[in-house]
Amino acid sequence: MNKKEMDKLTEKIFLSAALLLGVIIIAILVFMSKQGLMTFTEVSPQEFFFSAQWSPDNNKFGALSFIVGSLLVTMAATCLGGPLGILSSLFIAKLAPAWMRNILKPAVNLYMAIPSVVYGFIGLTVVVPWVRTFFNVAGGFGIFTTAAILAIMILPTVISISTDALGGVPRELEEGSLALGATYWQTMWHIVLPTAMPGIATAIVLGMARAIGETMAVQMVIGNTPQLPNSLFSPTSTLPSEIVVEMGNTPFGSAWGNSLFLMALVLLLISLLLILVVRKISSVKEVRA
Amino acid sequence: MNKYMRKTMVLALGMVLGISALTGCGSNSSANTKAAPAAAAKVEGKVTASGSSALLPLLKAGQQEFYKLHDKVTVNISGGGSFTGQKQVASGAVNIGNSDVDLAADLKDKGLVATPLVGIPFVFITNPDVAIDSLTAQQMTDILTGKVKNWQEVGGKDQKITIIHRSKSSGSRATIAAVVLKGKEFTNDAIIQDSNGAVRSAIATTPGAIGYVDAAYVDKTVKALKYEGVAFSIDAVSSGKYPVYTTGRMFTKGQPTGAVKAFIDYVTSKEFQDKNVEKQGFIPISKMPKK
Repeated sequence: MNKKEMDKLTEKIFLSAALLLGVIIIAILVFMSKQGLMTFTEVSPQEFFFSAQWSPDNNKFGALSFIVGSLLVTMAATCLGGPLGILSSLFIAKLAPAWMRNILKPAVNLYMAIPSVVYGFIGLTVVVPWVRTFFNVAGGFGIFTTAAILAIMILPTVISISTDALGGVPRELEEGSLALGATYWQTMWHIVLPTAMPGIATAIVLGMARAIGETMAVQMVIGNTPQLPNSLFSPTSTLPSEIVVEMGNTPFGSAWGNSLFLMALVLLLISLLLILVVRKISSVKEVRA
Repeated sequence: MNKYMRKTMVLALGMVLGISALTGCGSNSSANTKAAPAAAAKVEGKVTASGSSALLPLLKAGQQEFYKLHDKVTVNISGGGSFTGQKQVASGAVNIGNSDVDLAADLKDKGLVATPLVGIPFVFITNPDVAIDSLTAQQMTDILTGKVKNWQEVGGKDQKITIIHRSKSSGSRATIAAVVLKGKEFTNDAIIQDSNGAVRSAIATTPGAIGYVDAAYVDKTVKALKYEGVAFSIDAVSSGKYPVYTTGRMFTKGQPTGAVKAFIDYVTSKEFQDKNVEKQGFIPISKMPKK
């Protein structure tokens, strides 16, 4: 085999790897859509999306409480974890001395290695009882508890991406601002943060994508009950937690099974939408000195 | 370049098809049990079963001992839940569908025959701080449907009731709905855990919590309630005093024959039942109340 043939062979191998990847993604999408959309032969779209009545025994398949639950915990987790993450990354990227940065950066990445079931277990045994006594509520399962745990889970994503974004802000801009007499705080607030905004927004959106898809930890602390929450402390359910609780015993191909696939499809579409948002944001032109 | 693209695309598609063909064949080639010739004493063939995960450990034990008697038979048992078992036996995907609940309405006319296997008892449990030992059927219904929300209303102390139980796809939940609630709906204001063990540990750590588990899961961390003044025991079930149980059964399409019959006969035999059933927290068929 001469070099040219070798080249072509390698090219083929790489190409087929890439194609295989594409085919798998498309196959997943097609399968989820096919199985999920079959729900609509027995359940009307209005019922599925706008009713919170989930009672498969009585042929009621309203998934509103799961969709609302997913969106609520994601937003609450972002509100708690977002600012915390941005402030931490500001510290790591701009304020911390070099030796501390060298410790903190790998420490943040260590966070990512913690399996989600560990977060869930700590949530169940530590956070749930704490919420119960601290806020004096019955149970302790619900949106607040879930959001608190998710907030910690999205921190590594938020911190590591926004640290990179902040680190990329040209030094000249900062120095120019300081030279004009701005305080360090003013420089951070008016120069550094706005400049790094596309990267920080990307970090937040990726954090949201992580939060909305989280299953195991959420399942253990949210309560998994199909009702619209009436407070931050009432148990409810999310799309992934409901799927994982019910799929094991639900017959494949029934309206019940299909509606679980439809819920998975909705989840997939929300995640894809978030990824599209990220692509849109990161195409915004970054400020160059 | 274009030529290569086409070729590699074909290659990639071929790989995907190959993989799906490999994984697909497991579920297709199962319904081929041949009835053994009447003259031969030894049965051979393949038995496939799926369904109730509660019955799975018992049947796995049955499978191991059955092999000692019939080495020419292969038995495959999987879980998936009672409803899955019913659906798969009706469609012919498996020979036996294990279920701890009655046939679903749309499967009633499919010619399925049930063979009772064991009784599966359930016990209501509460957090140890609940100052109540017994509830009547009416009180239990009021609590589980959400009508009663405080222990005070059923004679306990002033404390909110937190219901912790199983998901809507659970056979245990279906049994409680049928036996205790008599068709009324559970309140949705409850916390759902996805296994007996998870329900027990959540109840053990949540003040004022109530729920139910398979009798085998009751331990010191929770308080077992009496139902209508009767504590669970096998004798109480046998004498008909303790009604909170269901029958674990094996569905076959028509009367079982050949290897399938041999397996069902074995796991319902006195010899097997005496040795394994009570040990696993079930009630032997011989001790079930006559209806």
